[in-house]
Amino acid sequence: MLRFICARMAMAIPTLLIVGITVFMLIRLIPGDPAALMLGDMADPASLEELRRHLGLDRGLFEQMAIWFGNVFKGDLGVSISTGQPVTPLVLQRFAISAPIVLCAVLFASMVAVPSGMIAAWRQNTLSDTMLVGTATLLLSIPTFWLGLLFLLFFGLHLGWLPVVGYVSPMDDWRGGLMYLIMPITTLFLHEIGVILRMARASTLDVLRLDYVTHARAKGLSEAKVLWCHTFKNAFGPTWTLIGLVLGNLLGGVAVVETVFTIPGLGRLLVDAIFARDYPVIQGCLLFIALIYVLVNLLVDLCYPIFDPRVAVS
Amino acid sequence: MKFKPNTNLLLGSVLCGIILLAALVGAFWTPFDPMKPDFAHRLLAPDATYWLGTDEFGRDALSRIMYGATTSVGISFMTVAMAMFAGTVLGLIAGYARGWVDRIMMCFTDALLAFPGMLLALGLLAVLGANKYGIVVALGIAYMPSVLRLVRGTVLPLREREFVHASRVMGNSEFFIVFRHILPNCFGPMMVLATSMFGWVLLAESSLSFLGLGVPPPAPTWGNMLAGSRPFMTQASWLGIFPGLCISMTLLGINLLGDALQDKLDPYSRGKE
Repeated sequence: MLRFICARMAMAIPTLLIVGITVFMLIRLIPGDPAALMLGDMADPASLEELRRHLGLDRGLFEQMAIWFGNVFKGDLGVSISTGQPVTPLVLQRFAISAPIVLCAVLFASMVAVPSGMIAAWRQNTLSDTMLVGTATLLLSIPTFWLGLLFLLFFGLHLGWLPVVGYVSPMDDWRGGLMYLIMPITTLFLHEIGVILRMARASTLDVLRLDYVTHARAKGLSEAKVLWCHTFKNAFGPTWTLIGLVLGNLLGGVAVVETVFTIPGLGRLLVDAIFARDYPVIQGCLLFIALIYVLVNLLVDLCYPIFDPRVAVS
Repeated sequence: MKFKPNTNLLLGSVLCGIILLAALVGAFWTPFDPMKPDFAHRLLAPDATYWLGTDEFGRDALSRIMYGATTSVGISFMTVAMAMFAGTVLGLIAGYARGWVDRIMMCFTDALLAFPGMLLALGLLAVLGANKYGIVVALGIAYMPSVLRLVRGTVLPLREREFVHASRVMGNSEFFIVFRHILPNCFGPMMVLATSMFGWVLLAESSLSFLGLGVPPPAPTWGNMLAGSRPFMTQASWLGIFPGLCISMTLLGINLLGDALQDKLDPYSRGKE
């Protein structure tokens, strides 16, 4: 078990290193002079030179990379060009807004979708299976930004139940803040149900046709026991991995929902930084989200043996 | 009660067919000019002349949706073609050559896969600039690794099979073996992946357009039409409904087709007949 944990954690290190190099190189790939891009066409040569020296562009590539990595290890992601704020606190502050939304949506979606997927697989090719899979496929096909707009239109404007524009942190005013979070969380929740349900169904189907399930049934166990004791644990593994991937993917794609509901989250920070060509912020967001993605997947893999101890042995 | 699995195929084909037709027609003809403003007819509700209403510049929404279909479907096709081509070539090389070539390629693939797809696309767009070709290249690179992995995974067991050895003993070149014996065996899984990838790319393209990082206005795409409809939600809710409906219909059609293809290739998932 300990060896499994160490081996898996060691595997994450080269990945993180490559992620760092990719983020560093990505910004260097921009054709032309980054300093000129940042200051615009009207900049005078002296301030260009100044910015270049400030960004360390006058040094060699490897030296630049070493300095950058050194700063990243110290938790210093640089300073925003447009606002002059340090990037690390900015990213963390925005992450604190996005993370609860994504986490709640995926948690609720898993709680609904995993049992539903198992039921669909158990009742394969019946009316209930068709209905569940049909609903999941439909939910999967509705883009979150459209679903969000429809919610705004109906619950916000038509019925007037929920606030349409703006954001209040639940830390400051938990009841008011919660009202702003209902629609974004529901939007993501409905979309992810579709993804997770289909996976849960497929992996349950794979397990249900195995010999030990037939054997458990032949022993005369009740269907509930067969499903819970023999199927669930074995079928949950792939779904568990998918839930981790969904969490990470949502962090990358949450900008869309944040735009619909005007939430100042991490995704919105990244998109605004792309518009403003604020490269330190872009780098910071990319690096941070990729880091979280790798860490979430690491955590998911480390928890895997709880459901399927066979993984830790091999 | 049993359902025929072919309903997926039928419904999926019909939905995809409608969208493809709209995209094809939209490339050559639309009822009105999709880009020319007509301020006399601003924000009209759907009626007999303007079937889906008009937007804030008086442009016909149906024409814009049809023209947007051409753009969105075209971009998705180009992206999938690029990702499939690059991924297949690299995957064939990695899987067939093995050794250090394989190791280096997988190292890069893992690096790209360490980013969520949409994030990588956003990062690449920051570099490439937000325009039609920027999107195609960014999404193509973001989705290429999954093709590479799939093709490599399919090639690895294939290259040890007897018919490959037999072909080599017959004196055929490695190049011929890869194209004649290995590649055709990869087509099945590749088709399934390409189908679902088309859906992912279309969704990603619409999301990017919605964020304002897609094809720049005035050219319509479904995503930027939805984004543009937001300030007029109270006066003209139809503007926010139909483009989204089109995206959903397309994605539903593709998902259903993908399921049907999957069932064809893996009869087990269909269950007992």
